[in-house]
Amino acid sequence: MEIIAGFFNWIVFLVLLALGYFVGRWKEHAHYASIRKREAQYANVLAFAVRYPPDVVTPQDCRLVSGSVVISSDYFKQFVAGLRTLIGGQLSSYESLLDRARREATLRMKAEAQRFGSTLVINVKIESTTVSGGMRKGLPAMEVMTYGTALKPAAARAEPTG
Amino acid sequence: MANPLLQDKLLVSNLEIVPGRRVRTHLGMVQGSTVRSKHVGRDLLAGLKNIVGGELKGYTELMQEARDEATARMMAQAQSIGANAVLNVRYSATSITMGAAEILAYGTAVVLE
Repeated sequence: MEIIAGFFNWIVFLVLLALGYFVGRWKEHAHYASIRKREAQYANVLAFAVRYPPDVVTPQDCRLVSGSVVISSDYFKQFVAGLRTLIGGQLSSYESLLDRARREATLRMKAEAQRFGSTLVINVKIESTTVSGGMRKGLPAMEVMTYGTALKPAAARAEPTG
Repeated sequence: MANPLLQDKLLVSNLEIVPGRRVRTHLGMVQGSTVRSKHVGRDLLAGLKNIVGGELKGYTELMQEARDEATARMMAQAQSIGANAVLNVRYSATSITMGAAEILAYGTAVVLE
């Protein structure tokens, strides 16, 4: 009986691992394709980490814009990362995860800036937090938020507010 | 962000200056914060989603709602002391316990000319 239970546990583990590997890989691939497509789409919206706006004569309207995403790694990556921490070194499986999250958050910020009618976002800050779930300890979900100030020439405005 | 209508009255920006406008009065720091947690259903779904990875949309929405709430509270505080802008706004997020996060928004309330 114990042998059957142990065997069943192994089966569940292997199925989760395979599911994580194949579905996770496919999803990462699809996400990267979508990121690249939208990065080309929002290429005209520039984002800089400079603190001060460029010296321009025309008055500018500004607004805080932000984008955020919570992203989680798959079962396979968690397993590989868990093994990797035994010997230490570079955890490349998590690197791509954070890279995706950061690019996605930046894209969402740019989308908001474009809706506001701006093509320039300055003073961009990127912030990451762990969002741990209640299920298990250390559910590796990361929240990445990008925010900045979108500027657009105030000429588009009907009357200046004082 | 939170409320586009309110943001039209109250300028919120993470710049230290506003291009083309001068700060008349400096009113000090204002802040808004909120602690949120997800409900069990969302957590279970996230646990399942965690097998295949990818975006956890429920959590993204939750954090966004929390951030909007924190921003709205900060803006309400700024308005109550007579500011018409909040500058140098920063966000910070901390997870307090498993399943709960605190979001803080803070900035400097000023009166612009």
